[in-house]
Amino acid sequence: MSASTTRTAAELAEALATGETTSVEVTQAYLDRIDAVDGAVHAFLQVDAEAALVAASASDERRTAGKPVSPLDGVPVAVKDVLTTRGLITTCGSRILEGWVPPYDATVVARLRAAGLPILGKTNMDEFAMGSSTEHSAYGPTHNPWDLDRIPGGSGGGSAAAVAAAEAPLAIGTDTGGSIRQPGAVTGTVGMKPTYGGVSRYGLVAMANSLDQAGPVTRSVLDAALLHEVIGGHDPLDSTSIDQPLPALVDAARRGASGDLSGVRIGVITELGGEGYQAGVQQRFEESVQLLISAGAEVVEVSCPSFVHALAAYYLIMPSEASSNLARFDAMRYGLRVLPEGVPAPSAEEVMRATRDAGFGDEVKRRIILGTYALSSGYYDAYYGQAQKVRTLISRDFAAAFERADVLVSPTAPTTAFRIGEKLDDPLAMYLNDIATIPANLAGVPGISVPAGLAPEDDLPVGFQVLAPAMADDRCYRVGAALETLLQKQWGGPLVAPDLLEGLAQASEVTR
Amino acid sequence: MTTTTEPLLSFEEALERFDPAFGLEVHVELNTATKMFCGCPTQFGAEPNTQVCPTCLGLPGSMPVVNAKAVESAIRIGLALNARIADWCRFARKNYFYPDMPKNFQTSQYDEPICFDGWMDVEIDGPDGPETVRVEIERAHMEEDTGKSLHVGGATGRIHGADHSLVDYNRAGIPLIEIVTRPVIGTREKAPLVARAYVAQLREVLLGLGVSDVRMEQGSLRCDVNLSLAARDSGALGTRTETKNVNSLRSVERAVRYEISRQAALLVDGGSVLQETRHWHEDTGVTTSGREKSDADDYRYFPEPDLVPVAPSRAWVEELRASLPEPPRQKRARLQQDWGFTDLEMRDVVAAGAIPLIEETVAAGTTPQAARKWWLSDLARRANDAGVELDAMGVTPQQVAEVQGLVDVGSLNDKLARQVFDGLVAGEGTPQEIVAARGLAIVSDDGALSAAVDKAIAANPDVAEKIRDGKVAAAGALIGAVMKEMRGQADAGRVRELILEKLA
Amino acid sequence: MPDITRDEVRHLADLARIDLSDAELDHLAPQLSVILESIASISEVAADDIPPTSHPLPLTNVFREDVVRPGLTPEQALAAAPEVEQQRFSVPRILGDEQ
Repeated sequence: MSASTTRTAAELAEALATGETTSVEVTQAYLDRIDAVDGAVHAFLQVDAEAALVAASASDERRTAGKPVSPLDGVPVAVKDVLTTRGLITTCGSRILEGWVPPYDATVVARLRAAGLPILGKTNMDEFAMGSSTEHSAYGPTHNPWDLDRIPGGSGGGSAAAVAAAEAPLAIGTDTGGSIRQPGAVTGTVGMKPTYGGVSRYGLVAMANSLDQAGPVTRSVLDAALLHEVIGGHDPLDSTSIDQPLPALVDAARRGASGDLSGVRIGVITELGGEGYQAGVQQRFEESVQLLISAGAEVVEVSCPSFVHALAAYYLIMPSEASSNLARFDAMRYGLRVLPEGVPAPSAEEVMRATRDAGFGDEVKRRIILGTYALSSGYYDAYYGQAQKVRTLISRDFAAAFERADVLVSPTAPTTAFRIGEKLDDPLAMYLNDIATIPANLAGVPGISVPAGLAPEDDLPVGFQVLAPAMADDRCYRVGAALETLLQKQWGGPLVAPDLLEGLAQASEVTR
Repeated sequence: MTTTTEPLLSFEEALERFDPAFGLEVHVELNTATKMFCGCPTQFGAEPNTQVCPTCLGLPGSMPVVNAKAVESAIRIGLALNARIADWCRFARKNYFYPDMPKNFQTSQYDEPICFDGWMDVEIDGPDGPETVRVEIERAHMEEDTGKSLHVGGATGRIHGADHSLVDYNRAGIPLIEIVTRPVIGTREKAPLVARAYVAQLREVLLGLGVSDVRMEQGSLRCDVNLSLAARDSGALGTRTETKNVNSLRSVERAVRYEISRQAALLVDGGSVLQETRHWHEDTGVTTSGREKSDADDYRYFPEPDLVPVAPSRAWVEELRASLPEPPRQKRARLQQDWGFTDLEMRDVVAAGAIPLIEETVAAGTTPQAARKWWLSDLARRANDAGVELDAMGVTPQQVAEVQGLVDVGSLNDKLARQVFDGLVAGEGTPQEIVAARGLAIVSDDGALSAAVDKAIAANPDVAEKIRDGKVAAAGALIGAVMKEMRGQADAGRVRELILEKLA
Repeated sequence: MPDITRDEVRHLADLARIDLSDAELDHLAPQLSVILESIASISEVAADDIPPTSHPLPLTNVFREDVVRPGLTPEQALAAAPEVEQQRFSVPRILGDEQ
């Protein structure tokens, strides 16, 4: 009996089902793996070994009784620190929430628990999910398992790195402008942003409410579909939740894995490629498109002219909503309280100012100021109002494109992982990382990033993005799984971070 | 303490030179079982922070879900105020920082209120009889209430000078409807009366709808008074002040009067009125300067992204319209006729806010005149002495009906009934319990009465002689003597019978 | 689009209740100008007749029945409070008026 940490969640579920291993064994193996490598990767902000093992043990008891509660019962999961976990510290990567223990579970977390998935811990992230590199975490950056000097993407770099470094078979991310997909791309993992409203946002600490969506971060497309089916579906606690059943996601992933895409129309988005995209990224993208054609897909080029304005619209809508969402962090009811220096008997207002200055990092302050500006009287129509109109134009572009194609594809991110520190003080350069992922958030459509190989020039992972119409998340899984199957056939196996293989072998030795 | 040295011009002189315009913003707390956006209860007076959840505490990650009953109440209020109901409207965030507001934004409505363009005809007493003034209602929108702060360490428990504050979020998130009038112009010296009558009548409408407890003393109806002056007959609107927390009918009238006098004094002195928020001080009857309106009032409204639009269907609105209660004015006319009250009687009933009380008392089996008698004489006097509203006395219409029932069957007389009300106000239990505990029942036992009658006859031989001679009317004097002997607890009718029997 | 000045940033920080230091203002103002410049194009993109999109999905009328749901105990509510007194959240003295 072994509990390898390199298996997919589907494989682990199978091993649990056949009695080859137990949830306690699997969970312990991941906890050991975290012990072994997280000092170098820093994917986790909190590890909750005790609770994970209690949940694993309960899962094993259900299994013994012949009553597993879901296909993933007993498979451990890591949760981005932006989702509330009852009794487990939730900081959103911010100093202002240091040590905060929520009294309630996010719906996604409640569903993970109800489906029997032991929660390993909370993963690192850019503060309040604001960033594309996880460097904006108040608790230090996460390192990319492919090259520890490089960023793992963001804001969900912790979740992606945890899966890439085999510290967790599954993780939950959240995606406001690409925070699931872009980290997936640069760490060689799968990341899926569901249709807006497809997964409950209750308990997801909001950055931009009209854009945020939680979703799976996994090692395979099938795993993502399995996890998506656990966390997705209507939630009466989220007014923006879609009151319809999810499409059959796991079925779609299994169907796609056959590698046959006959009759599927694929649209390559003109505006998301070419200039500004790294040569190796573009190359792997084009090769992947050729593979899809070879699988029977019909490929057309589609133009979405408004997408060039997506970044601008995003950087008005997101900070506007964020500036309001983050107002509640004011030192009155929870979180940090900082008294201003040299002020005798400070007022509530002075304490708020001092706390928010000390508790928020630079990027958060930039976005709060930007959002405050965009919403202030005299500017609202020119900025926020216009951005919402651009949003309409982007949705119209999507609608037109989806008349010609069943799915749309592009590189997930314009470059591979850059070096830690490289773009830290150049916000604009940092924002450009999300140029290909943002349109989906503005329109609310689903998108998946699937590993497309390594860029020849730097041997770092490249992501391939598949976008589908709202509520047609199954198409992302079908096409993503097909591409995954075809590529892995070429590679002779999944993409695994090479520099951690040695550590991996050691870790599995320990568990034997 | 609040002191003021602001100069005032007499009300009469102020009106010789200026035309006042006033507007009212009334916040009504709905009496829904749960809050606007979460399932927390809304009980008044609960222990602090016992009616809270992640949503109304504004915890990170929490989300609002709209209370259907609150939307229904908002629409019914709009319909009762002759307003139009939006086909489609949204909630918006009003962003400002304040410790009693958990999210540091209030979920409200901005440029898309659920009700707009309404009116209410307000009746006041003019020199030549009742007059009607139409008050136009600009909008009524839905929003959430804030928490409540207790200020500690200051001399007076007021916010200024306090050392720190203690916040209870039980009230945070209770549904509010804010009803905003357009400026009411042309009412001149009647402005204070019209303002008061508007609030009184609005209260009546809301009570009739059953959507709110409308208890001003508990804050479930709160009033802000906007007032401005313009040069007489100029037709213009001057700079307005907004006086907050004017929380009784009498204060509404006084605040309007006060601001007219205060602003007039400023203007005649060549000064100008500052656009600002002012505070009303119930104790001294003055307003004091609060916060100056400025650029800092940038609430950065934007549509609430956690909520979806409210789009009441025509069918729903019409269904609610069909179920509206009779409008108060029509109802008053009908009740006056049913009850047979004179205009004067009815006016007193209305002024005392006693219509629903009398209605319920009559429904419980009392004659209209008896009901009116109790509520408007005895109970109204007590309420006035105690400084509370008539319906906040702790005496219910059912109890009044029960007491009158005891009078009707001869167990009590009016004098004893008043003592029962003493007991009710003191919270001594039900009327029956009070009668028993205080020993108030009328004595109709012939043994005890007969002895008292004999004693009275013996003590008043001349009166007895008159009765024997057939002057039956003289029996009153003997009855009085018996009643005195029995400390008022004798059945007067039976005493009379006994006297006449014995002296036949 | 106008450059965002240091004073403007100070005013915005004031609205947002952040006590920015002089050094932070020096650092932030030029960065914000660059960001604003890059998004300036947006004001000319959409024609007047384009409706704004505030919700990605066209949902309406999502309501909840008026039924009490269990909430938090006062202990849970106050557990994370920096200071508690009389079962209430203790906050420093409040300067401004209610709105």
